[in-house]
Amino acid sequence: MMEITPAHYTLLSAALFSIGVIGVLVRRNIIIIFMAIELMLNAVNINLVAHAQQVQNLVGQVFVVFVIAVAAAEAAVGLGIILTFFRNKETVNIDEMNVMRW
Amino acid sequence: MAETIAFYTLSVLILGLAVLVVTAKNTVHSVLFLVMNFLCVAVLYIVLEAEFLAVIQVLVYAGGIVVLYLFVVMLVNLKRAPEAHQDPRRLSFIGLALAGAVLFELAGIVVYSFNRDGATAPVLAAATPVEGDVQELGWLLYTDYLIPFEVASVLLLVAMVGAIVLARRET
Repeated sequence: MMEITPAHYTLLSAALFSIGVIGVLVRRNIIIIFMAIELMLNAVNINLVAHAQQVQNLVGQVFVVFVIAVAAAEAAVGLGIILTFFRNKETVNIDEMNVMRW
Repeated sequence: MAETIAFYTLSVLILGLAVLVVTAKNTVHSVLFLVMNFLCVAVLYIVLEAEFLAVIQVLVYAGGIVVLYLFVVMLVNLKRAPEAHQDPRRLSFIGLALAGAVLFELAGIVVYSFNRDGATAPVLAAATPVEGDVQELGWLLYTDYLIPFEVASVLLLVAMVGAIVLARRET
């Protein structure tokens, strides 16, 4: 067993981010796509916190607070858009969300 | 040693739950796996000595955002499965290949940059010893980062107004 370095946390974060990318690119249910975006934001947060602890500097944690605020705003507005779209079109499948396609 | 065990256990849990979030057939199950994932990330923050962020993670993510998701999932009751219709021009395996390429690239960058000479940042232990986490964080937020903090609050206000306008039924 070796010691845990920031590289371990960065690799964990990279793997979590990639799972989020898979979710966004492969799934067709827009609610699941939103959850995958939250997973990616979490991956970034893990990275920031790990490096803030590594250099013993709290600025990384301040940044995480802002990321969480933006994630909350994004979830509220995005889910509002999903609800409005569902009310008009009766679907949450992104393959059918092409009303704005040129 | 304790940190090693905690890290590997939490990593397996976080990654496994993330895979379940993405692959679950039922959307409600997916949301519940997401809650578990956020709680595991909160425990990881405690391992990293960021207790305040762990509390915020539980309150805002696991308590707030996920409840929002659950409400939407339950309001959106579908008569047919959301994945039933597929655009014939859509090729899922390309998405999978692209995601694999992203993972490969990220892992390559990490391994390369941490194996370079002098890559590890010097530990600035003497600068500000991180203890009394909340106090330090609040001090930073209200002095150096006051303007971003206020901008974030305006952003939240705008998001709240936007969500209300979007969700309101037209009268």
